[in-house]
Amino acid sequence: MTTTASTLDRPATPPAFQAVSGSRKIKNMVATVLVVLAFLIALVPLVWLLISVIARGYQALLSSDWWTHSLKGVLPKEFAGGAYHAIIGTLLQTIVCAVIAVPVGVLAAIYLVEYGRGRLARVTTFMVDILSGVPSIVAALFIYALFLSTFGLGQSAFAVSMALVLLMLPVVVRSTEEMLRLVPQELREASYALGVPKWKTIVRIVLPTALSGVVTGVMLAMARVMGETAPVLVLVGYSKSINFNIFDGNMTSLPLLIYSELNNPNPAGQLRVWGAALTLIILIMLFNLVAALVSRFSAIKTK
Amino acid sequence: MIGAMTSDSGQPGVRTAAVRRPGDTIFRTLTTGAGLAIVIAIALIGLFLLIKAVPSLAADKDNFLISANFVTTDPNNLMFGIRDLLIVTVLTSLVALVIAMPVSLGIALFLTQYAPPRLSRPFAYMVDLLAAVPSIVYGLWGILVLGPALEPFEIWLNSTFGWFPLFATGNIPISGAGTIFTVGVVLAAMLLPIITSVTREVFRQTPVMQIEGALALGATKWEVIRTTVLPFGRSGYIAASMLGLGRALGETVAVLLILHSSPKPANFSLFDGGYTFASKIASAASEFSQPLPTGAYISAGLVLFVLTFVVNAVARSIAGGKAAK
Repeated sequence: MTTTASTLDRPATPPAFQAVSGSRKIKNMVATVLVVLAFLIALVPLVWLLISVIARGYQALLSSDWWTHSLKGVLPKEFAGGAYHAIIGTLLQTIVCAVIAVPVGVLAAIYLVEYGRGRLARVTTFMVDILSGVPSIVAALFIYALFLSTFGLGQSAFAVSMALVLLMLPVVVRSTEEMLRLVPQELREASYALGVPKWKTIVRIVLPTALSGVVTGVMLAMARVMGETAPVLVLVGYSKSINFNIFDGNMTSLPLLIYSELNNPNPAGQLRVWGAALTLIILIMLFNLVAALVSRFSAIKTK
Repeated sequence: MIGAMTSDSGQPGVRTAAVRRPGDTIFRTLTTGAGLAIVIAIALIGLFLLIKAVPSLAADKDNFLISANFVTTDPNNLMFGIRDLLIVTVLTSLVALVIAMPVSLGIALFLTQYAPPRLSRPFAYMVDLLAAVPSIVYGLWGILVLGPALEPFEIWLNSTFGWFPLFATGNIPISGAGTIFTVGVVLAAMLLPIITSVTREVFRQTPVMQIEGALALGATKWEVIRTTVLPFGRSGYIAASMLGLGRALGETVAVLLILHSSPKPANFSLFDGGYTFASKIASAASEFSQPLPTGAYISAGLVLFVLTFVVNAVARSIAGGKAAK
């Protein structure tokens, strides 16, 4: 702080700075171009894929039968019937999966944030990471080995839901954990100071504060497992008709409809394939959208 | 009374040495049980795959590690090995990584350093949308739309650089482009959002002081990134790429739809066909009835499980358990 006021007041004159040399300028330019290019490259598959799916599948969705009818009694080459059975199947399997995965996932996240100390907590965090990396086909094989092969149960939508639980759990744990950590420590302390037991503090103060974030995470997790195909290939059979019973019989989901109609060489089959793909994307986008809305309109109040 | 109170404030679980409430005990047991359930789930996955795989491995007439066969039609004469599955799995994942790693790095830099702050979020959302597309749709697009478009490029690569083993003529014709190369390109698109989202978060945490310091020394934008952002985010970026690798190794349906099967063994060319671990299992899913042949596929699943376990564990240790989600 020995600089005199006069030095500070004087504006810097050009010789005070060294001009940026040409090679540095060029490097900077090249980097900028490459970085922008990388972003544009990422948009190519997104736009191309969406356009292909929409262009090839929109006609299927325009028919009113698509949303209200199954493919029961529809011939492979007939332009008739719809994906109602598959939409029902997808939603049922996803919801059953969520009913199991969400309580376990949220409780595990509470454990990690509020109670987790020491060895078990470290192992649990590690295993959540490992579980999030387990390929869907491995989860499906495990459920096959456990339910079908060991317990002797038949193929069912419930088995699919159980495989999806394994895939959904880590996503729910991670997002809930993140949200719980955002809840200000002062809220907990204020509650403890009033003599509220720890479990009641968590249930009545911490969880409600983080609720919107948890809901967002759950919706995103559901959107993620909805499109999983590997478990349905291994664990449930294809059916052309509607089935509401998750414990018995074949049940079609949208991915399974796509997969089985791929073997149908008729134009009607192709239309169903792309129509089902578009329907699946729309469903997933809806879940994403709801998740975004929930988080936008009820963000955690950290202050 | 006051003297008897022990308190360690600052810890999340501030405890005043008071009575133990039954509610607390129950809730604690419940949450700990849920945590434990996840640990047990992983242990069970490994255990059950092993139990179901061992009898088939014992009945295997070929060498499991180096045989290119996968014949399971006769339970009394099982001949299967993972040579080709391993080659194809590794090649597809490597092609995907080689494409996705630099592009994701560019995207993460663009989103955190270059994009106008106001647009950064919507842009990031667009990249995340890539992750919302289900893999079966990627598969459809890959074999019916992208494959035919890539076909001339693959033929050119093959005819120009065919002397190089990776681009040599494979064990299937390129026509239709159901090759490892096409699978790699599609997988790369699927990895972009995964690698980008983690890398982006790490880059965003670069200390502002360092960036401003570099700027004050007269660094250009690129020099700022090279001297502050990249060194700071390197481990996170590598961990993110490992996570992506784990995902690529286990991708099932997209590979199953795109990759053509081949009667001949793989010969390390990008224009080979065949099966990855995951797509091999899925391709036979409808024939799982007899325990021994099914066990052959379960043993392939076990290898895949171990592979992804190791890759994810390495990713985690690189990230120090913090940056990677």
